[in-house]
Amino acid sequence: MDLNQLVTTSGEWLRGSGPESDIVISSRVRLARNLAEFPFIGRAGQQDRTEIESILRDSIMQIQESGDLEYVNVNELKGIDRQFLVERQLISREHAESEGARGVAIARNEQISLMINEEDHLRIQVMHSGLDLISAWEQIDRIDSLLSDIVNFAYHPKFGFLTACPTNVGTGVRVSVMLHLPALVITRQIDKVFRSLQKISLAVRGLYGEGSQAMGDFYQISNQITLGKTEIDLVKQVGDIVPVLIDYERRARDFLVRESHENLHDKVARAYGILRTAQTISSEETMHLLSSVRMGVNLGLIDDLQIPLLNELFIHTQPAHLQKLRGIELDTADRNIERARYLRRHLNKNNGDESGKN
Amino acid sequence: MMKCQKCNKTATFHITELTKGKPEELHLCEDHARQYLTTQSDEEPAVTPSLAGVLAHQLAVGQTAEELARLDQRSCPVCGITFYEFRNQGRLGCPYDYVCFMAELEPLIVNIHGETDHVGKISARYPEGTEHRTQLVRLRREMKEAIDEEDYELASKLRDEIRKIEEPPKKK
Repeated sequence: MDLNQLVTTSGEWLRGSGPESDIVISSRVRLARNLAEFPFIGRAGQQDRTEIESILRDSIMQIQESGDLEYVNVNELKGIDRQFLVERQLISREHAESEGARGVAIARNEQISLMINEEDHLRIQVMHSGLDLISAWEQIDRIDSLLSDIVNFAYHPKFGFLTACPTNVGTGVRVSVMLHLPALVITRQIDKVFRSLQKISLAVRGLYGEGSQAMGDFYQISNQITLGKTEIDLVKQVGDIVPVLIDYERRARDFLVRESHENLHDKVARAYGILRTAQTISSEETMHLLSSVRMGVNLGLIDDLQIPLLNELFIHTQPAHLQKLRGIELDTADRNIERARYLRRHLNKNNGDESGKN
Repeated sequence: MMKCQKCNKTATFHITELTKGKPEELHLCEDHARQYLTTQSDEEPAVTPSLAGVLAHQLAVGQTAEELARLDQRSCPVCGITFYEFRNQGRLGCPYDYVCFMAELEPLIVNIHGETDHVGKISARYPEGTEHRTQLVRLRREMKEAIDEEDYELASKLRDEIRKIEEPPKKK
């Protein structure tokens, strides 16, 4: 697969369409599966890993669903290309950083990715833009069924699908939605919301799986339990909470608009101003400011920007994307300069202002 | 008799805390153990607690040091992983571990999931040849060990056994 073809697009999860897409960025379902005739990855030798990769790779490329799947040998990729796939959420950080035979099959529209030799032999992921969990589940269920006709997945009648870590055993399913919740962060209600989610066994993570201080106010909500419930129940458990969170976020936005309109507008306008004029800027600051601008656009405080462009900027200003777009590897300082240049060029072109081009 | 590190009562809880990969032993009485374990989970609203840590906690509670030591020695006949290794890494060695460590894993699984029985999607191919596939994991390991020990006669015998079980890759 030519990764360079992906660079200029923004990928499925930041396409910025689908139901409730001002707040719900994407819906994702993941399945963990292992081949019954091999040890789990932790105990698998080089030979095992190579065989696992070739069996799974051949099986994946046979199934109908994968008409347009392309296989990427992650072990042979350069560091920057692995990082690039992480930024696009097509492989996990662990998969990028581990060693030995491993790879990923990716659909051209980036809705499907199948990681081989991650924590489990196979991790299937289906990601749809906006709030679209049910159809994401239906799609992954089909892929899983097609694959289980070809290979033997480790399974036990009592425990269900067997995984390297007992936290994934049973269904092996992880259902998650990525939400943009800037107003809950500003009004300091986010921690309270998360604590209540944890009480009902839902996990909260940042954009790239980090802890509480989420980049760009993006949060992933997912099920913690994988055993003792059906897949559909787990999909519903996550899906049912989303309207509640959307409602909280909208109310927090209304509150900000009503009670501190000037402050809010000021924050949004300043963020926009910095992004359009900065000469050097870090990835973290960019995410933080883009988050304010994104909310500003959704609230009608900024009217010369479109959400798809903003979503694209979120991903294109990530370190590996920036370097691939530029076509050369850059150190942190040079990346910050290039990032500022990239932002100026894209945010100023609407008003025919060419000053960003220098 | 070991004393609690926080008071003079007998230590009945032996907790191995794993911070940055280094095991740290804690010996506590029941009250202090409870206090220790509960404050831990309060302080960190558990965004993603290290799984190895959670496992270590859950397994250590309610077991004496001797019981734990004996349990740690047990190993899976198929992949060879010891229970101690699992506790340390938080990852199992092969599918058969769920069978051979079932008694130990069940309370842990209840702790994580609140349930012990799968009710979701059923594997289309189970139980077709499950036994054989488990055998394969064991035979491949034994073959590798034989090669490492340069016992090629045994290795080739094992290879033949593996070939016999291995079906040609099915294509539908």
